[in-house]
Amino acid sequence: MADAIKYKNGDVVLVRVDSPVHHYRTPTYVQGKRGQVKVCHGAFPNPESLAHGGSGLPLKPLYQVEFDQTEIWASYKGPPTDKILVDIYEHWLNPAA
Amino acid sequence: MSEDHDGHQHPEIADDPSQSYYARRARAIEALLLEKGVCQPGEVQDTVDQVEVRSPTDGARVVARAWVDPDFKARLLGDSKAALEELGYTLPDTTPQLSVVENTENVHHLVVCTLCSCYPRALLGRPPDWYKSLAYRSRAVVEPRSVMREFGLDVNDSVEVRVLDSTADLRYLVLPQRPPGTGGMSEDELAKLITRDSMIGVTNPKAPAGAARPA
Repeated sequence: MADAIKYKNGDVVLVRVDSPVHHYRTPTYVQGKRGQVKVCHGAFPNPESLAHGGSGLPLKPLYQVEFDQTEIWASYKGPPTDKILVDIYEHWLNPAA
Repeated sequence: MSEDHDGHQHPEIADDPSQSYYARRARAIEALLLEKGVCQPGEVQDTVDQVEVRSPTDGARVVARAWVDPDFKARLLGDSKAALEELGYTLPDTTPQLSVVENTENVHHLVVCTLCSCYPRALLGRPPDWYKSLAYRSRAVVEPRSVMREFGLDVNDSVEVRVLDSTADLRYLVLPQRPPGTGGMSEDELAKLITRDSMIGVTNPKAPAGAARPA
């Protein structure tokens, strides 16, 4: 049982801003930021369920999302080509307008 | 005290009451897991042993093979689990999965886990303490180039720095660039140049003995 894969490589996404009670694996520094899907790693148990004795089902597609460092940190001092790559579960992503 | 033997006694093997809060907490959790049937006796120790038996020497062996065998390198980058089995490393079927990323003259990867201490333990063993420090975990994403400079690595601005944050079900191993001047070296000699830190990405491999330091 897994959610259908919604995004394809190259899609531009916005990370959901949220702070669910207890456990989640989406760092706050990427929340609200715009990134690009690089690859879908497959579907994995939902850690927000597993952390509380749940089944982790339905499995959640997990994507590697690439962000420009300058998108994440306004004061980033390195070259504008530098990137951060974060693995994010699908229910934390929305399509960018 | 245990029974006498050879005319003297050994102290009984028992919990040290002075052991740390975290050690006592871990033992309490393990006891609960057994009591509730979540895991079997010995299972926790087996898992600890699987991590303890691995060290950066194992990772170095894999990287050295990838340097001398382009076909192996392609397989390693594409399906690390199958490639590692060729070298006798069987990764568990369960998550996390291992992903190998290649440094080139244009791209340099750096691995961090900002949320905790995720690390390719199945291949490298336990992470160094600094990897788990709040300073590394926060600074590696904000100012990766400054962090690498503190480790002695100055990455040219023409090279794209890609920071990998291990937030979920994948663990990342950096395949560092083979240093110049190593053309005649054997796989075993090459492996000695490959450090733990170069597979995290905070440094490059060691230069071969006698090689000029890069300007």
